[in-house]
Amino acid sequence: MRTKRAHQAGWDTLGIGIFVVMVFPVFWMISTAFKPEDQVNSLTPTWLSMHPTLQHFRDAMKMPFFWNDVVNTIIVVCVAVLIAMAAAFLAAVAVAKYRFTGRKLFIVLVIGVQMIPGAGLIIPLYVVLARYHQVNVLSGVIIVYISAVLPFSVWTLRGFIMGIPKDLEEAAMVDGSTRLGAFVRILLPLVAPGLVATSVFAFITSWNEYIYARILLNDQSKQTVTVWLSYFLGTSKHTDWGALMAGSTLVAIPVVIFFLLVQRKIAFGLTAGAVRG
Amino acid sequence: MSSSPLPDGLAIAAETPEWSRRHRRLTWSRAGRGSVPYLLILPVVGVIGAVLGYPLYSLVRLSFQQYGLFELIRHAGVSIGFKNFSSVLQDQVFWHTLLRTVVFTVANVALTMVLGTALAMLLLKLSTWVRILLTSGLVLVWSMPVVVAVQVWYWMTNYQNGVVNYVLTQLHLGDFFHHDWYASTFSQLGIVTALIVWGALPFVVVTVYAALAQVPRELVEAAEIDGANSLRTFRDVTMPILKPVLLILTSLSILWDFGVFTQPFLLIGQAHTSPGNYLMGTYLFEEGYLKAEFGRGAAISILMLFIVALLSVYYVRKMVKLGDVE
Repeated sequence: MRTKRAHQAGWDTLGIGIFVVMVFPVFWMISTAFKPEDQVNSLTPTWLSMHPTLQHFRDAMKMPFFWNDVVNTIIVVCVAVLIAMAAAFLAAVAVAKYRFTGRKLFIVLVIGVQMIPGAGLIIPLYVVLARYHQVNVLSGVIIVYISAVLPFSVWTLRGFIMGIPKDLEEAAMVDGSTRLGAFVRILLPLVAPGLVATSVFAFITSWNEYIYARILLNDQSKQTVTVWLSYFLGTSKHTDWGALMAGSTLVAIPVVIFFLLVQRKIAFGLTAGAVRG
Repeated sequence: MSSSPLPDGLAIAAETPEWSRRHRRLTWSRAGRGSVPYLLILPVVGVIGAVLGYPLYSLVRLSFQQYGLFELIRHAGVSIGFKNFSSVLQDQVFWHTLLRTVVFTVANVALTMVLGTALAMLLLKLSTWVRILLTSGLVLVWSMPVVVAVQVWYWMTNYQNGVVNYVLTQLHLGDFFHHDWYASTFSQLGIVTALIVWGALPFVVVTVYAALAQVPRELVEAAEIDGANSLRTFRDVTMPILKPVLLILTSLSILWDFGVFTQPFLLIGQAHTSPGNYLMGTYLFEEGYLKAEFGRGAAISILMLFIVALLSVYYVRKMVKLGDVE
């Protein structure tokens, strides 16, 4: 009995050790963001400051184009997610509720498209969007983001729709309502939670996107927050680590909150949906 | 487009010839209904066609053209046949980059999968509160945006007062005072690997752990009673159930790591990206986009996408099979 308990303590210690290593970068970001300047720059690190300050957050927000780029990101992400969800929902209904010639081809398309690495298409997308004057304007990035989130949205929504018992829908039809009526009154309310979860996930994916925002938006006033953050170090000679970590925290906060909200709901769709944070 | 309702319509016609008028109406309404799924998928097909299909088509065209800044302004390239491809394929940098990317991918995927599976197994052994603690920590890591993670890792490994150097020195693993992690290619890619594996672990651990929950407890216990050691139990009882999940995760990881861009680009790039530390993603960006050699970049893209397509056949087939099951 005693050896068993010692064993358990051993496993638990290992588990806690791994927890500390894994979470440390996140902890270090937040800890640095609140630290006074001298503790940030000292050679011996202060793990947790006794004199937390908000100065770095003020500095980060005062950096050129911060608010500008926050507004850009919100516009891009919201428009892209709204359009993508509407389109993805319709397609998900088609795949989940109908048999039709070409259904399999469509599924192959939806899954196969997700395998294309973002880096592989930067050249043609840049050239094509430049041809249609969509470089350096938000609409160009919005179009790209819509197509980026569509495939996994179709796939996860399809799962949510298939989860609805067919009997419910049929019962509504028997009661004299049309297919559309059954759809609006029965299907839509039941799919709503799935729709919210998928939207939130699409929101996170677009918010985090970097490479297309980087190549398509050159003007500093037009960029998104991830690009803003990536240029942070280049803007001054002296490295302001405190402000950089405060800025990082600010960029991460909405994503972390949203992710924690939907993670459980979407975890299974993830294997299928192929999204990594 | 609406050929699907036809067989049904014919079948009805054969059974009920005397109700021909009603059958006609039936067929028409069926044909109308038959087009519904096509209308429903139309927006998605349209967007994917415009934003992925059309660029893919122009990618192929670009790869046979001389296309630089001048051509970008004119919106027209000059056809030069296979010159872009031969130029890339004769370039030492391409082959070195490809080899480096393959080695990098193998190392990253192996580390991710082995550590991920081990951690998932560890979760089974933990007390409930430690397991909840560790899972919450993993989910927190999972939620971190990549660009943010890069900045944090850069700060942790910086030359002046990076906390990693301090901790390693304190642990007596050597003198890491003012150690420059970005001095050699090996070390640069090593840090990128650590960052990628750290970021990928939560997804793998959570997914494998979910799959482990499918392994019947009685089976494991029966094997142990029969005298099988834990390695044997793992190989013969747990592994067959985990295998499909592990295969899907591995093929996904291969695809992601082969085409990875943001982590190496930002983490190494802040010091200096050079032909010596290119991975396929950064190579493409530097040679094609930054140098504005879009034709040559397109040729590199096609070669890269071709490899990715080969790698993804397994995953796509598996998933399509899953999608076919209702």
